[in-house]
Amino acid sequence: MANEFLVFDHVTKRFGALTAVNDVSFSVNKGEFFSLLGPSGCGKTTLLRMLGGFERPDSGRIYLNGKDITDDPPNMRRVHTVFQNYALFPTMTVWDNIAFSLRIAKKPKEEIEEDVDQILEMIRMTDHAWKYPSQLSGGQKQRVAIARALVDRPQVLLLDEPLAALDLKLRQHMLLELDAIHDQVGITFMYVTHDQGEAMSLSDRIAVMNGGKVEQLDKPTQIYEAPRSSFVAAFIGDTNFFDGEIVSTEGDYCTINVYGFAQISAYNDKKLSVGQKVHLSVRPEKIRVTLAPPPPEKGAGINVFQCTVSDIIYQGVYTKYWVKSSDRSISALRPHSRFLLDQESITWNDKAYCWWHPDDGYMVENFSEEDASLIHPSPPAQKPKGE
Amino acid sequence: MTDSKKKWQEFFGTLPSLLWLTVFFVIPTFIVLKFAFHAKSPDGGVAPGLTLETWRTISNPNYPEIIWRTVWISAVTTLICVLLSLPCAYCIARMQKKWRAFVAGLIMLPFWTSFIVRVFAWRTLLNPEGFLQQVLIWLGFADQNTMLNYNAGAVLLVSVYSFLPFAIMPIYTAAEKFDFSLLEAARDLGARSFFAFRKIFLPGVKRGVISAILMVFIPAIGSYVIPDLVGGTDELIGNKIYQRTFGDRNWPHASALATLTAFSVLIPLGCVAWWMKRQDEKEARRLAEATARRLSGGTA
Ligand SMILES: Nc1ncnc2c1ncn2[C@@H]1O[C@H](COP(=O)(O)OP(=O)(O)O)[C@@H](O)[C@H]1O
Ligand SMILES: [Mg+2]
Repeated sequence: MANEFLVFDHVTKRFGALTAVNDVSFSVNKGEFFSLLGPSGCGKTTLLRMLGGFERPDSGRIYLNGKDITDDPPNMRRVHTVFQNYALFPTMTVWDNIAFSLRIAKKPKEEIEEDVDQILEMIRMTDHAWKYPSQLSGGQKQRVAIARALVDRPQVLLLDEPLAALDLKLRQHMLLELDAIHDQVGITFMYVTHDQGEAMSLSDRIAVMNGGKVEQLDKPTQIYEAPRSSFVAAFIGDTNFFDGEIVSTEGDYCTINVYGFAQISAYNDKKLSVGQKVHLSVRPEKIRVTLAPPPPEKGAGINVFQCTVSDIIYQGVYTKYWVKSSDRSISALRPHSRFLLDQESITWNDKAYCWWHPDDGYMVENFSEEDASLIHPSPPAQKPKGE
Repeated sequence: MTDSKKKWQEFFGTLPSLLWLTVFFVIPTFIVLKFAFHAKSPDGGVAPGLTLETWRTISNPNYPEIIWRTVWISAVTTLICVLLSLPCAYCIARMQKKWRAFVAGLIMLPFWTSFIVRVFAWRTLLNPEGFLQQVLIWLGFADQNTMLNYNAGAVLLVSVYSFLPFAIMPIYTAAEKFDFSLLEAARDLGARSFFAFRKIFLPGVKRGVISAILMVFIPAIGSYVIPDLVGGTDELIGNKIYQRTFGDRNWPHASALATLTAFSVLIPLGCVAWWMKRQDEKEARRLAEATARRLSGGTA
C-alpha cells in the first residue's frame, strides 16, 4: 500500500450501451513513468479523463496519494493534462500560458517569474516567451504545453498521445526530451499512446488495454517477452502463433503437436501436462533462416524445419523473411550486425531451414482467433524476376 | 508590374461596394449635414443660401438632455443585451449540432412578425390591466397604481427585447468557432468554471462581442418607434428628429439634430478607440522590451 500512489479501484465507465472502461483496477507508483497502451477506441482517453476529473466513473473509485478524488472537480485535483491538440490559450503569450496555473494559485509575483523563467529555460524556450501560440511550430507548442502543465508541480502529469500530431523526426526527438524531463522533475507521468514503440522506450511499466480492460500490466521487457494473451503478443511487435496440444513432457520442456504443422518443443514454464492445449508465440527475430541446417553446437533439442522462402523484405537494419513450411507461413527477422554482402544470400523460392531454440517460444494464456489477424500479414507472393 | 496589376485588381474588386457605399451612405450623409446649414423653405423643403440660423434655434438645453437620455438608455440596453447574450451564445454553441440550428432559428423567429406589432404587443402587456402587471400584483411586487408603461424603464425593457437577437447572433457565431477544449485546459490547470469563462471564453469571442455592441448600440441610438409607443414623456432624440421631419417639415432642424447626435456619439467612441489602440501599442512595446531584456539577460 505504501507504494500505491495512484489507484484505480474497479473503475467502470459506460456511454449508453457502450462500456468504454470495464472494471479496471491497477495502481501506479510515485515518480513512475506509466503508460497506457492500446489500439484506438480501447478506452485510454476515457480512463485519463476520469483521472483528470472530466468524466465521472459509473462505478469504482480513484485514489491519489491516499485520498479519494473520484468526485473532486478538475480544478481541485493536483493533476494536469497535456492535451493532444495542446490546447494552448491563443490570446495569451507563451509566458502567460505557463504562468496561468501559478496565477490562479495566487503565488507571489517574484515566485511566478522565477518558476516560469526556470521552466522556460528547461524547455529551451526563453527566446520565445513573448510569442503567441500561433507563432510557434508544432514541437514548440508541445514543449509549452508540457511546461504549462508541469510548472506548478502537479502530483501526476497526464499526457494523451502527446506526440501523435508531430512528424517522425520530431517525434523521436521529443521522445528523448520527454524522458529527460521526467528524470529532471521526478513527477509521476501517465502516458497514453497507441504506439508501442513510444511506450516501450519511455515507460517503467505499461498497462496494455483492449476493449476497455487492462490485458497485462508489466515492465516493457515482460510485456514483450512474456505476453499473457495473444492480443498483447500480437499488438506489441510481431509474432508467430502455434496452437496445439502437449503430447509429452521431459523435465522443463515439452513437445507440442501443432495442428496441421509438426511437433515442436518448447520450454514448459506454465508446468502444463500432457493433453493440455497451448498457444505458443514465437517472435520473428528468434527464428533463424539459413540455407544450411543449423550447426550441431546449437544443441540437439532445437526446432528445425525445412522450408521454402516465399518473400523477403530488405530493410537495411534487418531483413524480414516469410517462409512456408508444411503449408504454414512463418515470419522471421534477421538483424544485420555484420557486413551483409559477405554473408550467404537467400533469395526467393530457396529451399532453406528455419530454426529456433525451445526457450524462445512463450505460451500465452488467453488466445483469440481475431488477435492473430493483428499480426502483419504476409504480402502476396511475388514472382522473382527472370523466372 | 504584377504588383500594380494586383492593386488594380483589388481596386476593381472593391469598386461595387465602394460605389454602393458612396451613393447610398456617404452622399446622403453629406446632404443631411448640408441641410443643417440652410433655412427652412415655406413649402417644407430647404431654402437656398447658407445660414447658421438652425444651429441657433437648437441650442436649447432640452436637446442635450434628450441626447444624454438616448445615449445612456442605448448604452444600458447594449450592456444588458451583451450580458444576456454571452451565456445564451455559450449554451447554444455547446449544444449538439442538430439542436444548434433549431435554437438559432427560434431566436430569429420574432422577426417573422412586424416590429411595430411586437412593440404594440408590449404596450398591451405593460398596460395596468395587462398580463404582466396582474402577475406582479399577484406576486406582491406591484399594486394598481404602479405604472409599468410610458417611462424610461419600459423603453429599456422593450429595447432589450427588440435588440437581443442582434447581440446573440454575432456572439453565437464567434462562440461556435471557439475551441471549448480550452475551457477544459483552464479547469485542468486549476481555474473555476466562471474564471475560465471570463479569462478564456470572453477573450475568445471578443470580436463577436464588439459586433454585438455595434449591432445594438447604433440602432438603439436612432430608435423612435419604441419610445414613441411605450416611452410616454421620456422621449429619445429619434422622436424629436421624427417630429421635426414629418410633423413640422423642418428638414434643416432635423438635419442639425441628426448631426449633433452623430457627433455626440462618434466623438466619445473615437476617444475610446484611440485609447484602446494606444493600450495595444503599449502592450506590444512592453512585450518587445521584455523580450529584449530577457535576450540580453540570457546571453550575458
Ligand atoms: N463522450 C462520449 N460519448 C460517447 N462515447 C464515447 C465518448 N467518449 C468516448 N466514447 C467511446 O468510448 C470508447 C473509448 O474511447 P476513448 O477512451 O477515446 O478511446 P482511446 O482513447 O483509447 O482511443 C470509444 O468507442 C468511443 O467512441
Ligand atoms: Mg484517445
